[in-house]
Amino acid sequence: MSGAPFLATEHWWDLRDLSNISREILEFLDRVGPDWLAYVVSPLIGFVAAFLLFVLPSQLFVGVYGERRLIGRMQSRLGPNRVGKFGLLQPIADAIKLIQKEAITPRGADKWVMWTAPVVFVAPAVLVWAVIPFGPNMVIADIPVGLVYFLAITALPVLAAFMAGWSGNNKYSLFGAMRVVAMAISYEVALVLGLLGVVLFTSTMSLQAIVEWQREHDIWLVFLQPLAFVIYFISASAELNRTPTDIAEAESEIVAGYLTEYSGMKWGLFYGMDIGYALAAAAFGSTVFLGGWSLFGLEEWVPPWLILVAKTHLFYFVFIWTRGTLPRLRIDQLMALAWKYMLPLAAINLLVVAAERLWWHEAGLGDGIVYLFAAANIALALLLVVGWARVLGYRPERVPTRPRLVKHVGGYVAPGAETGGGR
Amino acid sequence: MTEIRSEPFVVNIGPQHPSTHGVFRVKVTVDGERIVDAEMVMGYLHRSIEKLAEERTYTQNIPFTDRTDYLSSMSNNLGYCLAVEKLAGIEVPPRGNAIRVIMAELQRLASHCMAIGAFANDTGAWQTPVMWTFREREKILDLFEMTSGARLTCNYMRIGGVAFDLPKEFEPACRKLLATFPSFIDELHGLLSENEIFIARTRGIAVITPEQAINASLSGPMLRGSGVAWDIRKADPYCGYEQYDFDIPVGYNGDSYDRFIVRLEEMRQSVRIIEQALDGLPGGPYRTEVPLALRPPKGEAYARVEGPRGELGYYVVSDGGPAPFRFHIRPPSFINLSLLKEMTVGGTVADAIVALGSVDIVVGEIDR
Repeated sequence: MSGAPFLATEHWWDLRDLSNISREILEFLDRVGPDWLAYVVSPLIGFVAAFLLFVLPSQLFVGVYGERRLIGRMQSRLGPNRVGKFGLLQPIADAIKLIQKEAITPRGADKWVMWTAPVVFVAPAVLVWAVIPFGPNMVIADIPVGLVYFLAITALPVLAAFMAGWSGNNKYSLFGAMRVVAMAISYEVALVLGLLGVVLFTSTMSLQAIVEWQREHDIWLVFLQPLAFVIYFISASAELNRTPTDIAEAESEIVAGYLTEYSGMKWGLFYGMDIGYALAAAAFGSTVFLGGWSLFGLEEWVPPWLILVAKTHLFYFVFIWTRGTLPRLRIDQLMALAWKYMLPLAAINLLVVAAERLWWHEAGLGDGIVYLFAAANIALALLLVVGWARVLGYRPERVPTRPRLVKHVGGYVAPGAETGGGR
Repeated sequence: MTEIRSEPFVVNIGPQHPSTHGVFRVKVTVDGERIVDAEMVMGYLHRSIEKLAEERTYTQNIPFTDRTDYLSSMSNNLGYCLAVEKLAGIEVPPRGNAIRVIMAELQRLASHCMAIGAFANDTGAWQTPVMWTFREREKILDLFEMTSGARLTCNYMRIGGVAFDLPKEFEPACRKLLATFPSFIDELHGLLSENEIFIARTRGIAVITPEQAINASLSGPMLRGSGVAWDIRKADPYCGYEQYDFDIPVGYNGDSYDRFIVRLEEMRQSVRIIEQALDGLPGGPYRTEVPLALRPPKGEAYARVEGPRGELGYYVVSDGGPAPFRFHIRPPSFINLSLLKEMTVGGTVADAIVALGSVDIVVGEIDR
């Protein structure tokens, strides 16, 4: 990817651009080995770099340890602090425990489907990282339709969740499976429509090009597309089954949803990869909306991959935060949110973006106009969210949040009756 | 195209389920997510307390009352002691009464903390409200430990008064708690009462009309949530409740949300009562001496208190012997639960959990 000149040199030891190391290795292999060797090794290097060096440690130390610790703080308790210094080895201890546990397959379960479901769930979590750009040269596969690739891959775990729920021969699992499918179908529509606004603005579907676009115009798409960002965040958390939209494994209702019959490492794979998907969604969100590896010029001084890692974890923090704060919506309310609120808003957003984009290019306006668009779109987004909710009958001021106070006992106190109590 | 055959199926919610608050089972028939029938199955925690009590002396029965509603042992002690005092004609000194009021109201705070936390958990607020309410409940349990030596099953009330006088450090500790408690209630108000998702989940769910509530003999926050102003503390005052100034919160339309806000407001009123009781704490004895092997005259007595869950009644019959001839408890959550079918049928499974949570059951009290 050729862009503005970078401070990063081409030496293999220059950590600002990790692609140098992989290039050196591949060139060396090309010299000493047969022709095909480099082709086999290059995806492996990408896998090792993206998954084993970034995702797995993040899963363990941010996803498991950090989440438990942070939520513990939010709940005014300590969280894990026993295993290792500050409890840092807790995720490893968890993993050892899960591996040792018996993975029970209930009698009457569909054994094959039940055993394949975790595998089907894990595989896409690895594939997702192929298109996430970690730096100007650091992307495993910079395909022109990276955005569509990401959406297609992240639709796969729904199948695994359905398999898991169906195979367990448990009514709660079945509930969870049905809910997963219903949710995925509803939220995918709004998600794609929201992201379409981004594609219209940048006129590309390559994630690397989207980052470059944000870098060139010195603006993040979250400002240009605030509504799309909100829709992306809600849809992503719905598809990831994270609170407040975790109805597929709603603990207080259907025990553990589609995971009710899973135990041991079979469950562990689901749990670990749930975090993996959340991280992927965070990385994708920060790439598309938060400028990816760029940070207004700072990426020339700081390793760009560090910027993306930091943004991903910050994004993930918001997932943790909502999980520690909000109650869960009911399934019909979630469906209503998807179809009645987010879908129309995404459509309106698309219309606005298309008009802006057309005007911008037809009238030949300069690049500075994007700041005007950003201001307009932020105002419009706020207006649309509130306005649309009120159109659909949202009246918060009519909901009394404090009861009436009565001084003396008696029968039924009719609405509007004199209560005699003071506040 | 052939018709897809579908039929309702039965799901057992409980006895082992995260949201049944103990070993309680609801057999629901669902059509998809909709509930078409619900049947309660109880008795998993039956310990035959009422029968056991007929074999023990009046004083020995006090610990049993701890274990019926284990989340409000003070109120249960109080109800039982009032019944026996009525039977034997024993007067309680004013200091004893004031201490009883303080303890009963502290117990209400602790119990409502638990109720609100568990209810928020049922709506899916992942553990945060329940941890916050438990944090505050701990402080109240510390006060109980200070006075009675126990935290959960306090066994503090005695026939004729209370077991021990308040320790010296109780009053400052209690005042410290009362000073911080209203701000905690405000915190809960912000976290839950004004939370859009919480409102969406609980408003209009499991509506009980005032007629239904009265016909089913509901009491406590369940009855007041339906808009009926009824409180034993005002209707049939005991322990000198008539001298304290407090209000009865009543709801608007009897849904889960109303029951929740009523509980929250009751906590504010309880704080008011404790403050007044502490300010006017009389001196003198805290207990009338009664013989350990009390033999009340032949007769029967029914005493009721406003427990955290509603009207908590104790019915004791004496045949002149050292043990009650008949011992019966009117547990509020058992009777409040009787409308569960009406509350759940027609809603979704998620609504049923919210409905059950809004009743605030304690299974130890239901099964006894």
